Amino acid sequence: MKVLVCVTQTLEVSTYIELTPDGCAIDPAFATALVNEADLCAVEEALVLVEADGGGEVVLVSVGEEGAEQALRSALSLGPERAVRVWGEGVVLADTRSVAGALLACIESEAPDLVLTGVQSSDTGAQSVGPALAAMWGVACVPVGRRLSTSDSTLRLEREFEAGLVERVEVDLPALVTVQVGANTPRYGSFKDKMRAKKADISVVAPSTLPPSRITLTRMEAAPTGSGRSLELIEGGPSAVATRIMDLVREAQS
Amino acid sequence: MTRSLVLAEVVDGVLAPVTAQAVTAAVSLGGEVVLALVAQDPQSLVPDASLIGVTEIVTVAVPGSDRDHEQSLAAAAALVADVQPDQVIAGFTIRSSAFAAALGHKLDLGVITDAIAVYRDDSQNLVATRSIYAGRVRAHVVIDGARPGIVLVRPSIWEPADPGGSPVVRVLTVEIPTSRVRTIELVRPSGGVDLSSADVIFSIGRGAGSQENVANFAAMAAKLGVALGASRPIIDAGWLPAAHQVGQTGSTVKPRLYVAFGISGALHHLAGMQNSRTIVVVNSDRNAPLFDNADIGAIEDIHDVIEQLTLLA
Ligand SMILES: Cc1cc2nc3c(=O)[nH]c(=O)nc-3n(C[C@H](O)[C@H](O)[C@H](O)COP(=O)(O)OP(=O)(O)OC[C@H]3O[C@@H](n4cnc5c(N)ncnc54)[C@H](O)[C@@H]3O)c2cc1C
Ligand SMILES: Nc1ncnc2c1ncn2[C@@H]1O[C@H](COP(=O)(O)O)[C@@H](O)[C@H]1O
Repeated sequence: MKVLVCVTQTLEVSTYIELTPDGCAIDPAFATALVNEADLCAVEEALVLVEADGGGEVVLVSVGEEGAEQALRSALSLGPERAVRVWGEGVVLADTRSVAGALLACIESEAPDLVLTGVQSSDTGAQSVGPALAAMWGVACVPVGRRLSTSDSTLRLEREFEAGLVERVEVDLPALVTVQVGANTPRYGSFKDKMRAKKADISVVAPSTLPPSRITLTRMEAAPTGSGRSLELIEGGPSAVATRIMDLVREAQS
Repeated sequence: MTRSLVLAEVVDGVLAPVTAQAVTAAVSLGGEVVLALVAQDPQSLVPDASLIGVTEIVTVAVPGSDRDHEQSLAAAAALVADVQPDQVIAGFTIRSSAFAAALGHKLDLGVITDAIAVYRDDSQNLVATRSIYAGRVRAHVVIDGARPGIVLVRPSIWEPADPGGSPVVRVLTVEIPTSRVRTIELVRPSGGVDLSSADVIFSIGRGAGSQENVANFAAMAAKLGVALGASRPIIDAGWLPAAHQVGQTGSTVKPRLYVAFGISGALHHLAGMQNSRTIVVVNSDRNAPLFDNADIGAIEDIHDVIEQLTLLA
């Protein structure tokens, strides 16, 4: 079985931020880049599926420039065989439909049995790339999935809804699943895999056709601080904190 | 005049609260507001859906459940063709996210999810504001004015529209394809705790570090007579049953006092507890987003604080 996993880089930003001069991105000095958490769960899910299937291949794909390259190298260290980066003129990273269109180029050349994405990018959380990509590819999409298993060309899994509702479903392959955060505990990859990931040759493909972009990110701004609540910090160490919490509990219980 | 198509969120055959909020968002854009009810028995939802501001209700009777997103997609596409809206508005929920991007692809429309504001700019383009990077940044995204746009609105941002409207009701018949996603079984969350009625909730997050720590924490909470909540990783790890989870995919709670221990404050968690009266956060990282949403904070190791609390309990 061949599983293609879409991975992306996400940013963890500090409390104080500055934007890039065009006002459309975070100045990198105020952010830490990581592989998207849900995508690591997707990679783990793919590795386990292929192992259980008795062989096959896990291929990673990311759309973007240096950030995508870094995300692919980190995710390769978990053990997937190969990684492909998609980039070319006209790709708009802020438009999830454009990203999905770019990913489609890779699906066409790789012809996977299953495509996994994360449920969402943890920083800009659109929950859109997976469902858009499935629609473009013309296969069924199962969002917010976990506990994947296959027999012959049927995929079984659980999908999640609000308030803890879980539906066990099956679909015929090929299909696309968006993997839920925390679906599993991603492995740390061996030393050998880490060295291999560092040196891996990551090919770059250009998307052939892209959907027209119907949305434009025009500007960002730092959010007004505060949620209407003003924070009071408790000083004086753990015992002072515990005493204060106990006072609050008694007050709320009375 | 502008026209909005609002797609109602139906959960277990009942209208979900985000529907009335999405109506408010649509009403704020002016013009007509058409509310679509896609359900097995949409007529039964008409009374609840007759909200002030809704000009027309269109019902679509469908054979499958409200979890069938391929059915939702087919119905939504037919509704857009029928209603010819300038914008489609629905809640940012798992059910709507499952088909919204596919609808955008099918009809060649721009999609913006998780909006916290919508408005028209001076050139009459539809603009949605998104809250990203753990709520620290606002991004303004414009949908090309020549075509309708699809906007999914974050729950609990808009006030719900009031009942008591008298919209015209109309039936639309839509051919629904059989879903490629086949249901095997539906598993409802197991009960055990009822967080929704608790006055005080102590909630534990990934900072707990181990199952043993969670067990000690649970014992202390029981001794104090406070309810025990948790963030999702604690449930994922199997350290507590699902009924304890607070957040978007867990319970929504509104206690007098919510104390979060070792929880970072991801939006999914905030979605379930941000309306608590007093929010206290204990976290060793001052940068944790939950501090931005709390009334009282302590930058401490939770294990030290829990040890002290155990002495007082
Ligand atoms: C569709 C979807 C739905 C979701 N639904 C939910 C939901 O309903 N509920 C939910 O909670 N999450 C949900 N999540 C997951 C959510 O995005 C976060 O991943 C999760 O809330 C993080 O939990 P956490 O804060 O416990 O863990 P982390 O984000 O890892 O935070 C742990 C915190 O503990 C602190 N810490 C660590 N050790 C210590 C110590 N010794 N002392 C003090 N502080 C310490 C750290 O500084 C950190 O801030 C959902 C995700 C998705 C994609
Ligand atoms: N630039 C990208 N390259 C590859 N995959 C991506 C990219 N952006 C998003 N994805 C995938 O789509 C998922 C959902 O992203 P989003 O729709 O942005 O919330 C992520 O978890 C990734 O698996």
